[in-house]
Amino acid sequence: MKALAIQGLQKTYKGGTQALKGIDLTVEQGDFFALLGPNGAGKSTTIGIISSLVNKTGGKVEIFGHDLDTALVDAKSCIGLVPQEFNFHQFETLLQIVVNQAGYYGVPRTIAKQRAEKYLKQLDLWEKRNMPARTLSGGMKRRLMIARALMHEPKMLILDEPTAGVDIEIRRSMWTFLKEINRQGVTIILTTHYLEEAEMLCRNIAIIDKGRIIENTTMKGLLAKLNNETFVLDLKRETEAPVTLTGFTHRVLDDHTLEVDVAKDDGLNPVFDQLSAQKIQVLSMRNKANRLEELFVSLVEAGRNGGEK
Amino acid sequence: MANRNFIALRTIWIKECTRFLRIWVQTLVPPAITMSLYFIIFGNLIGSRIGQMGGYSYMEFIVPGLIMMSVITNSYANVSSSFFSAKFQRNVEEMLVAPVPHWVLICGFVGGGVARALLIGIIVTCVSMLFVDVRIHNFWVLAITLLLTATLFATAGLINAVYAKTFDDISLIPTFVLTPLTYLGGVFYSLSLLPDFWQMVSKANPIVYMVNGFRYGFLGTSDVSYLVSIGLLVGFNALLFAVAYTLIHRGVGIRS
Ligand SMILES: Nc1ncnc2c1ncn2[C@@H]1O[C@H](COP(=O)(O)OP(=O)(O)OP(=O)(O)O)[C@@H](O)[C@H]1O
Ligand SMILES: [Mg+2]
Repeated sequence: MKALAIQGLQKTYKGGTQALKGIDLTVEQGDFFALLGPNGAGKSTTIGIISSLVNKTGGKVEIFGHDLDTALVDAKSCIGLVPQEFNFHQFETLLQIVVNQAGYYGVPRTIAKQRAEKYLKQLDLWEKRNMPARTLSGGMKRRLMIARALMHEPKMLILDEPTAGVDIEIRRSMWTFLKEINRQGVTIILTTHYLEEAEMLCRNIAIIDKGRIIENTTMKGLLAKLNNETFVLDLKRETEAPVTLTGFTHRVLDDHTLEVDVAKDDGLNPVFDQLSAQKIQVLSMRNKANRLEELFVSLVEAGRNGGEK
Repeated sequence: MANRNFIALRTIWIKECTRFLRIWVQTLVPPAITMSLYFIIFGNLIGSRIGQMGGYSYMEFIVPGLIMMSVITNSYANVSSSFFSAKFQRNVEEMLVAPVPHWVLICGFVGGGVARALLIGIIVTCVSMLFVDVRIHNFWVLAITLLLTATLFATAGLINAVYAKTFDDISLIPTFVLTPLTYLGGVFYSLSLLPDFWQMVSKANPIVYMVNGFRYGFLGTSDVSYLVSIGLLVGFNALLFAVAYTLIHRGVGIRS
């Protein structure tokens, strides 16, 4: 069963911005799916269309087999949405917000109250239940939106940058929570700018840029593309002779800093051997940036160059 | 299905009522104060100099009109500001992502406006009882006119909010259309006082029919037939509901 099937989806906003230029995407039931892309790529637009907050201008969307055009009510019932921007009433209390949300989906009030307790507790918000939403911190507001999205126990949870502006500790606990929800069978689609997050959580991934899907693969497949890692070495040297290193792409940044690209299979020993032969000590070493981020940037660049043909 | 819609409707309605009750100082107190002032100044002080109007003491004459006036302004104001702020803060999206049919959404918001209008109607009636013996000639005409007027202006407020882009936009219509039409709608005078020409012009003002239908319910006297009033109200309600439905359905102002 496909949780989501998108074909040839297009969106041109009033004013002429062509946000989606015909994208195809499928997400299997039970999947944990990442939608990545730079700012303005069209992630939120895609999510907006799936959750019927944005009208599409072309293409077809099916949610668990329900076509958005012909079976909107069934399609909507399957989705829980955590939007990118806070969109709850600032003066309503947490409890009012989540219980009302359940009401919009037709969940009777007694059941809604039980679920409110369950999810607010799981998301560590129960203490604040009678506070107006505006008094929450940014991270709490994000969690409130997750609790709200789960109140009708949807089959699919869509999160648009759920961890933006959330500290590391809370982000970790949100990951654990989402993994657990997914383990219980809820399909999850998530957008993020933190590649680490996608790597930690997601099994499948699509990269979108300028309204086009430029990569759609498994997380493993993507990581397999990472053949190289770049290390930055801090050196202590006795002579002024230039550093030589054969068999490795490298860059001498200054007298004491060396950048080396190391293929996965090669290992670092030959680098150290060659350096000690030159009486150069390695004082310290670090991994340069996030490898996945590099890959992401190169994919986006490749996509853009390809697109300009 | 029917049950789900009912739960959704009740949820929106309760949410709307909670909203205006939460900010009661802004929503319930001002009309009570304004109307008390009208009663004291026009009814008592000036009214005693005016004498009879349409066969009744001036105070008795204006009570129905003033109740109607507060019902009109409050049903309109409630829905226009509530829906606009839901749009502005984007919490209307909570309803738009859920399988809430558009008629349920409209009825929920309109229902909230009607609840506030009726509550204020009751408050103003109670205030008026301090000044005059309130008699009721025909309860059903009174109730139906009141209800239909409240739904009509609540729906109008919704339409205003759909189009509004700024908070200013939701005070334009009340200031430039609603208030003049209400003041010229026979709240303070009987149309028979006007020259023929102005009587005719006045009959193009829909609020004249609402005020008079309502006055008939109280006093049994009216410048126009209450049946015409009710008929017009039903017609206008159907028209505005259709407009509101089309707008919401198309997503005007709420879906990009
Ligand atoms: N309501 C709107 N009206 C007009 N243009 C819009 C609207 N919303 C988005 N756009 C445009 O559509 C394009 C895609 O925007 P979108 O919000 O989908 O990007 P995104 O991938 O979610 O970016 P981010 O990572 O910054 O959230 C952008 O060029 C944006 O300016
Ligand atoms: Mg976005």
